[in-house]
Amino acid sequence: MFKSLTVREALRDAMAEEMVRDETVFLLGEEVGEYNGAYKVSQGLLDTFGARRVVDTPITEHGFAGLGVGAAFGGLRPIVEFMTFNFSMQAMDQIINSAAKTLYMSGGQMGCPIVFRGPNGAASRVGAQHSQCYASWYAHCPGLKVISPYSAGDAKALLKAAIRDMNPVIFLENELLYGQTFNDVSQDPDYVLPIGKALVRREGKDVTLTAFSLMVGKALEAADRLAEEGIEAEVIDLRTLRPFDVETIVVSVMKTNRVVSIEESWPFAGIGSEIAALLMEHAFDYLDAPVMRVTGADVPMPYAANLEHLALPQVESIVEAAKAVCYHS
Amino acid sequence: MPKLLSEKEALKAYRDMLLIRRFEERSSQLYGMGLIAGFCHLYNGQEAIVVGIQAVLNPVDTVITAYRDHGHMLACGMDPKGVMAELTGRIDGYSKGKGGSMHMFSREKNFFGGHGIVGAQVPIGTGLAFAHKYKEDRGVSVTFMGEGATNQGQVYESYNMASLWKLPIVYIIENNHYGMGTSQERSSAGPNYYGRGQGWNIPGEQADGMVLQDVMEAAKKALDHARSGKGPYILEFDTYRYRGHSMSDPAKYRSKEEVEEVRRHRDPIDQFKAYILKTLKVKEDQIKTIEEGVKAIILEAVEFAKNSPEPDPSELYTDVLKEVTSHV
Ligand SMILES: Cc1ncc(C[n+]2csc(CCOP(=O)(O)OP(=O)(O)O)c2C)c(N)n1
Ligand SMILES: [Mg+2]
Repeated sequence: MFKSLTVREALRDAMAEEMVRDETVFLLGEEVGEYNGAYKVSQGLLDTFGARRVVDTPITEHGFAGLGVGAAFGGLRPIVEFMTFNFSMQAMDQIINSAAKTLYMSGGQMGCPIVFRGPNGAASRVGAQHSQCYASWYAHCPGLKVISPYSAGDAKALLKAAIRDMNPVIFLENELLYGQTFNDVSQDPDYVLPIGKALVRREGKDVTLTAFSLMVGKALEAADRLAEEGIEAEVIDLRTLRPFDVETIVVSVMKTNRVVSIEESWPFAGIGSEIAALLMEHAFDYLDAPVMRVTGADVPMPYAANLEHLALPQVESIVEAAKAVCYHS
Repeated sequence: MPKLLSEKEALKAYRDMLLIRRFEERSSQLYGMGLIAGFCHLYNGQEAIVVGIQAVLNPVDTVITAYRDHGHMLACGMDPKGVMAELTGRIDGYSKGKGGSMHMFSREKNFFGGHGIVGAQVPIGTGLAFAHKYKEDRGVSVTFMGEGATNQGQVYESYNMASLWKLPIVYIIENNHYGMGTSQERSSAGPNYYGRGQGWNIPGEQADGMVLQDVMEAAKKALDHARSGKGPYILEFDTYRYRGHSMSDPAKYRSKEEVEEVRRHRDPIDQFKAYILKTLKVKEDQIKTIEEGVKAIILEAVEFAKNSPEPDPSELYTDVLKEVTSHV
């Protein structure tokens, strides 16, 4: 039942299956059609569904994000692709002020079933304007759901859930994961995952590592290294950032009493900051060490290879942080 | 002038314009009494535009505008009681008191707001047009904006997509010559707004927004164009707002004489009344009956809006997300 696919293929299959299932679902964005996607995520969709449902837009993020919102108000279910989330800053007003808030401002009358998706976070050597993680930016906002999957199976099942959701969903992918293969992709077109549930990807009793998207891979690697030194790390793949699954982390902390949060975005007011605060509120008595954050450096992303490496969380820094909270030298 | 209106239609149009005028006057009073708060933008002076446009719309057509929206809502048939109760922030308001003056909607009347970010309604309206075309429902999106809003980049992003994809949309520019305190001359290069679609092959036209029949005539042409699949159309209406930008604006950037001049010679309601009395031979007592009817509706709306309770504190956390997650 589970098949081996790349994240790229899994995302494409999710969209294709939902477009077959629901005639109101369509894909809108730059280069999604004839070019088959800037990162080839929409490969073949134009051929299958035609130009009515796979719509190439001009370079006009603010405009097409707003158009998507209007189409959703008008009864359709747009999937809006940002070539990368860096460009969503052009469209943020429409995402937050129009898509996220209108249900509330209308006393429940309106609602905006729309998915904004695309690669998020640092790719490789593309410099500051093209390497940024928007997880905490969007997770800050009520009225949105924010998903950021790691494996191909999760990418597919969660994107399908996002498309079926009645609310605006931000779906943060990662370019460096697109080509990675995972043997966990369900072939059942009705298989979806619930939004808002984290997953324990590796069990351990000594320390909890939380991560999402690409950083889950780094956390798993760090856990391997830690195991060699006798530390059993539990790795939680957050998968959804809003609504946030505090419970899974708390249950883990009740066992491990120690937490390291890993993310590639900036430290200030990041997802790790939120986890630290939530644990103060929900698990203060279970903590045997302060929560530690491993984050991207608090600088615009540098271009130079060595500096870029230093700016991003690496396995070594995760291992170090885990040892520190375990008071292990 | 072709006769666009039967007597019955003319009387309804007169009634609708008067309803908006009186509604706004009462809103202003209630604001003064502290029953309405925050931003509140009145529509006095511009009534002929929404009423004239509405007269040529089909039920399937969708309407969207910015924050100066009370007139649009009343014109499309939303209940004055619900609109007024929203202004007073009460549970029986169109948004349960959670939207306020700038944020009301009616799925039933195909009114899509009510938007507080200048220009943001323009791509959204373009998306409504996209949905009309996708669903092949023969509807047209009618997207209103002020002349100040036309300087937002997203307006031109929208023009481009609408023309590229031949979307059924009429963009309506209500040129009241001021965006807050900035006059048209100080905000906008170029001679006009209706011609700004030229670069995208969008036809445009200007008409006197103070003359209801002129509005209707222009609107009919524009709607026919959009409905027949020829793509977008831009209408610019010359109009004037009598009141300050919002309730806190004493409007010192223009002279009393300027306002008086328009009120005296170009008032849309006075002009239309004179027209129907003369041309359609409507009688004074018919007008009187309408005026009394409007007075009663407003009175009822105000009482309703005063007596409706504030939303229950439990409403604070409702309507953030839709609970139903799957469909089909
Ligand atoms: C993006 C944005 N910038 C500024 C404002 C503040 N603002 C509200 S109304 C307005 C003037 C708009 O004028 P116009 O479009 O001519 O509409 P009118 O008020 O005349 O109906 C401004 C600057 C806003 N609401 N949104
Ligand atoms: Mg104006």
